[in-house]
Amino acid sequence: MDLIIQQSINAISLGGVYAMLALGLAIVFSIVGLINFAHGDIMTFGGYGIFLSLAFGMSPVAALAIGIGAAVVMALTLERTAFRAMRGADVVTLLITSFAVSEILKVLFQNTISARPVPISFPAAWSGTYEIGGATIGVVPTVSIIVAFVSLLGLTLILRRTATGMAMRAAAEDLEMLKLLGVRANRVVAMAFALSGLLAGIAAVIWTAQRGSVDPMMGFFPVLKAFIATVLGGLGSLGGAVLGGFVIGVLEVLTQAFLPDGLSPYRDAIVLALVIAALLWRPDGLLPAQNANRS
Amino acid sequence: METALTIRGLDVRYGPVQATRGVDLTAAVGGVTALLGANGAGKTSTVMAIAGALRISGGSVSIFGQDMTGAAPDAIVRAGVAISPEGRRVFSALSVEDNLTLAGSVVADTATALDRKNAMMQRFPILGERRKQLAGLLSGGEQQMLAVARALMSGPRLLLMDEPSLGLAPQMVDAIFAIIEELRDEGISILLVEQNATLALDVADHAVILANGAVAAAGAPDDLKNDKLLQAAYLAA
Ligand SMILES: Nc1ncnc2c1ncn2[C@@H]1O[C@H](COP(=O)(O)OP(=O)(O)OP(=O)(O)O)[C@@H](O)[C@H]1O
Ligand SMILES: [Mg+2]
Repeated sequence: MDLIIQQSINAISLGGVYAMLALGLAIVFSIVGLINFAHGDIMTFGGYGIFLSLAFGMSPVAALAIGIGAAVVMALTLERTAFRAMRGADVVTLLITSFAVSEILKVLFQNTISARPVPISFPAAWSGTYEIGGATIGVVPTVSIIVAFVSLLGLTLILRRTATGMAMRAAAEDLEMLKLLGVRANRVVAMAFALSGLLAGIAAVIWTAQRGSVDPMMGFFPVLKAFIATVLGGLGSLGGAVLGGFVIGVLEVLTQAFLPDGLSPYRDAIVLALVIAALLWRPDGLLPAQNANRS
Repeated sequence: METALTIRGLDVRYGPVQATRGVDLTAAVGGVTALLGANGAGKTSTVMAIAGALRISGGSVSIFGQDMTGAAPDAIVRAGVAISPEGRRVFSALSVEDNLTLAGSVVADTATALDRKNAMMQRFPILGERRKQLAGLLSGGEQQMLAVARALMSGPRLLLMDEPSLGLAPQMVDAIFAIIEELRDEGISILLVEQNATLALDVADHAVILANGAVAAAGAPDDLKNDKLLQAAYLAA
């Protein structure tokens, strides 16, 4: 019983990170057709923002805020310098552009900071635990879950209730029509990148708080999982991305916790096989995007 | 005399395809100008070039006396132009009300935008009734109403309408043409693209006929209506 509670907490907290990253990818993809491979590096940059702020003696809370801000600034910078010039290019060209950007950033991280993990130490109180029903549960995973849910909820409200959110959903459906209404497309696209950067920054906070270090590849693996989540959920579908993120997180934790030791090297393979099976069953994903008319 | 719209020698191309060749067109202030022609004649290309969605490869566009050649769509909207595009293109995943709110977001004064939205839902009661419904669930005629209402949210002085009656039931077509006349009476200048030449020529006070991307004829609707050759060649339904 207590193992189940613990593993559920782990699954939801990992799923929450994947869901935030996947949502960030999906927001950008749905509007500009870019599968942003550099999203992981935006998250990594957020992690380094936290590391450097702490190294310069900032308080932990300030460091986290700066880390999130750094990710937003990085997302906006990439949009302005690399992706805006490529607007309207086909999906493959955009994908390759983002590969190049991603490689450049990784090299920059390696050469300016370190190729190896640098430690981030938060106050000891943050790594405490508490007990529920005999289960020992970490404070960090619990807070992670709350932060992820609040972020996802907040983003949903922004997308549903604010004019900017409406513009982003409209842009995903028909960017040209939005322009014809006189809405400035550049602003809407920049806003989409800023929100995706915000989510990546929050993911970086959770990730570093749980792992206690940053390295140039930090964002790569979770964002890889988030990609799979967006495909599983339905490419370009925001709700699908969130759902896919949680499904992948849960599957990963379940396979880790309950697979016999002999099978554990095949964990990722098993998760991916399940994803492929789901896609054979529903080729457009679990919650397909409403307009599949992007060519 | 100032015109709502003056186009001179408009060329629009899609790569190697030339969609319009040297189109000249004027739309009088406060009038309805019909732009007619067969499938593929270049009507939509002309309208989209005016709205700033297509690059203009030759010629000029001026709106209420101001040169707007090559301007971005948002500048053209600020110059007083709005469009109800071919295929209506309402945002199907947004509610009816959100479609209007979004279009109103370009209005500097939020109180004005809110007033306009309420006015639209009174003017088109069906939109008021369905305000919470997703626009994608509306009927074709209702979507056309929404497309027009959405265009009106920016408070345009020149309205571009690309085939507003296409695919609608006869009753709805009548309703749309009644709206066109109302808007004209309110002083909005209209450029009306239509396949339904008979109806369009009835409401228009000036008409231009395109064929293969070039102007084949232009003049008073009555003259064009009575020209049997022209009818047979370009307007046969
Ligand atoms: N996106 C495009 N790419 C290439 N060619 C195009 C494109 N859009 C239109 N054309 C071509 O340009 C020409 C003019 O098309 P346009 O859509 O302006 O005509 P139209 O008069 O609006 O026709 P319809 O009555 O069918 O709406 C046609 O030959 C058409 O095939
Ligand atoms: Mg057309």
